[in-house]
Amino acid sequence: MEKFLLKYFTLIRVIIAIGIGIVISVFLIYLTSQEPGFSLRSFLLGPFLTRSRLAHLFETASPIIFCGLAIAVAFQAKQFNIGAEGSLYLGAAVGTAFAVSTNMPAFIHIPLVLLIAGLTGALWSFIPGILKAKWKASELVSSLMLNYVAYFLGLYLINYHFRDKEAGFLVSFKLPETAWLARFIPDTRIHYGIILALVLAVLVYYFLYHTTAGYEIRSTGFNERFARFGGISVFKVIILCQVILGFLAAFGGMTEVMGIHRRFLWQSSPGYGWDGIIVAIIGRSHPLLIVPASFFLAYMRVGGRVLNLMSDVPAEMVMVIQSIIILLITAEAFLSQWKYRITVRQAERGGAA
Amino acid sequence: MEKILEAKDVLKVYENGVIANRAVSIAVEENTIHAVVGENGAGKTTLMKIIFGIEQAQDGEIFFKGEKVHIRSPRDAIRIGIGMVHQHLMLAPDLTVAENMVLGNEPLRAKLFLDTDRAGEITLQVSEEYGLQVPPNKKIKDLPIGVRQRVEILKALFRNAELLILDEPTSVLTPQETEVLFKTLKNLKKQGKTIIFISHKLNEVKQIADRVTIMRDARVIDTRDASELTEHDIAQLMVGRDISFERIRAPVTLGESLLSVRNLSYVNDEAILVLNKMSFDVRSGEILGLAGVVGNGQTELVRILTGLLQPSEGEITLRGENLIGLSPRRIREKGLCHIPEDRMEDGVAEETTLEENFILDRYYKPGFSKGLRLLWKDISQHSRELIEKFNILAQSTKTPVSALSGGNIQKVVVARELSSDPDVIIAAHPTRGIDVGSEEMVHRLLQEARDRGKAIFLASADLDEILKLSTRVIVIYNGGIAAHFQDVSKITAGDLGPYMLGVQREEAVSGKVSA
Repeated sequence: MEKFLLKYFTLIRVIIAIGIGIVISVFLIYLTSQEPGFSLRSFLLGPFLTRSRLAHLFETASPIIFCGLAIAVAFQAKQFNIGAEGSLYLGAAVGTAFAVSTNMPAFIHIPLVLLIAGLTGALWSFIPGILKAKWKASELVSSLMLNYVAYFLGLYLINYHFRDKEAGFLVSFKLPETAWLARFIPDTRIHYGIILALVLAVLVYYFLYHTTAGYEIRSTGFNERFARFGGISVFKVIILCQVILGFLAAFGGMTEVMGIHRRFLWQSSPGYGWDGIIVAIIGRSHPLLIVPASFFLAYMRVGGRVLNLMSDVPAEMVMVIQSIIILLITAEAFLSQWKYRITVRQAERGGAA
Repeated sequence: MEKILEAKDVLKVYENGVIANRAVSIAVEENTIHAVVGENGAGKTTLMKIIFGIEQAQDGEIFFKGEKVHIRSPRDAIRIGIGMVHQHLMLAPDLTVAENMVLGNEPLRAKLFLDTDRAGEITLQVSEEYGLQVPPNKKIKDLPIGVRQRVEILKALFRNAELLILDEPTSVLTPQETEVLFKTLKNLKKQGKTIIFISHKLNEVKQIADRVTIMRDARVIDTRDASELTEHDIAQLMVGRDISFERIRAPVTLGESLLSVRNLSYVNDEAILVLNKMSFDVRSGEILGLAGVVGNGQTELVRILTGLLQPSEGEITLRGENLIGLSPRRIREKGLCHIPEDRMEDGVAEETTLEENFILDRYYKPGFSKGLRLLWKDISQHSRELIEKFNILAQSTKTPVSALSGGNIQKVVVARELSSDPDVIIAAHPTRGIDVGSEEMVHRLLQEARDRGKAIFLASADLDEILKLSTRVIVIYNGGIAAHFQDVSKITAGDLGPYMLGVQREEAVSGKVSA
């Protein structure tokens, strides 16, 4: 039994954390709601109850998966680049600009737009990469700052050059239909972006764990001195992983534009880059765990929206509840004392070396 | 005699499940020098950390002067009269001796500012009381390691320590400095102090200890009067079997020079000349030992030879081909391997599996990958072979390195480096902190490599190791070669000491550097 606990400790901890989070949510909902039973049901079961909400779950998870994968690649090399948001925003803006100014058959248009968006993101992310590799500038700071630059650059590009003046608000021209990602489930907005996200999760997994470049990235992350000692070019790794990060994030942002909105309408940054960091931490930077982690976060987000719409729980409290649950899951040291006590008992019995 | 300290049934398990102390009991009599000996990993240091309050035991009791005590922190330990001098000295390098002495107990002026004069007086007073000379106004970083250690001892005495714990105090000292330390300890004993002395050097134990406690595999094996035991007895009790101390026989044939270093200099970031025009050769079929007190440029020299650091000037060639300016990978591909001085920092990535550690220098080569794809099946097979060949105790090739003992981790490093079939082996402290069994194995492997015609450069702080393995020895002092001994069989550790300390300097004792 105890051996089992040790082996699956991480999983068990996540489950317990969610459990405690829910207990706290119940408490908070009882505190703020006139009809707590209904509110709780909205929050926990709401996302599954109607077809449109279920679809919403998939739509929400899709861009988070892309960003989670992006962040995971950098985190695996212990590069704390948090620039997914900026790359996503600027990449999508440039991709949109390209899409609305060109006209070609869909089978070329779609991949080309995605590629242009991805390359823009990669180029953007190359900046903190080279700053780190060459001058040891903290990628955390530079990528954070560059997020603002990307945001305003993207905003400028769309609002001053590709703005649709016919539309009643600040949005870009509508994408030509040749650059649309098709929705494949009737009456929902679930589009091929989610399929691309799942395929990419597998590809990124394969890349990190089954290729030489992936090995270089992970070895650098485990111990940079070790990597250098063995002859791995840490310089190359630092740049490579951040370029991949920018590409994946921008690619994901573009699928969102091409599949859901069909035009660029983010006047404020959509925040998927930040969600990507959360799921990368929950999923321990493992590409295949990023997927369930993203669905979990999407579930929290959709549940929160349902709660907000259907019940009298204030929107602020919804955010508090979401944040507490995420906080509990991401706390690494949570329950470590418990694990230690089991380890001691096992060791005394000679169960561990 | 009265027991000053008694520990009963101490149990300590670390977070990773390693048992460091298993029902350990020890009694230390007042006014004695009590040695605790054992191989690395036997649990000596852990026991001392528990007594000094750095680690907490899961079970067991400690009595100090007959009373049961609960020591939860070093502060508690100091309060009741226990002092500890750590293996790695715990002094603030930028502060003066006097400032370090009073740190945490500062005499104040106007209740706010450090009274420097008073601190100096206190230092002199304590220094006189115990007959230990230290310069109160010098900064710690400007003092040799032996003097720093003396400051630590004084610091403990100033805090009224009656029981002084020294954790492997001689591991950083030259033979001459060790003698001074021993005189000091004997003096302290005369003044009524009790000393616990941790070591794994048996001649030292015989020389100084009254009582000896032998630990092995997290347990206390025996405690006896030192006079009842010979060095050989202690060694056998420590290891649990017979071991040999003999020097390895000299090589039969010496070949051409494989690694050649000429006028190598290195100036570091702080504009300090760390290496000063070093020249030497390492020939096929020999082990060239590099002796020296830690911090005289050995680390930098090794890093430069292996491409991890760029020299300021000079030449390095392997079989006549230049190595300077090449990346570590290119240097490895030319046939050089490196057993690093710090296995945890450079040698392994401890969080990941054995197999990922084994392929560090070869993952991109045929047999381990095809194009971009890693061939995990072949890698696992290769890892299994290394685990078997180098006798590494591990459950599987997917075991994380952190689950292994120090000796086995070192075997992982040695296995990877030697299996790359190099011509030149750069080994820095290859047996530091590992058990005698693993040490013997590493020594045997190096000897075998030598006999197959490899050129081996061995940098070690352990003079016994240098003398046991080397064909020739050079002594490094202050970044230069202070002496060069062509025939190791005629010298002892004592002969190396004066050169290591810079007391004597001989321009290449036996004439020219062989080319």
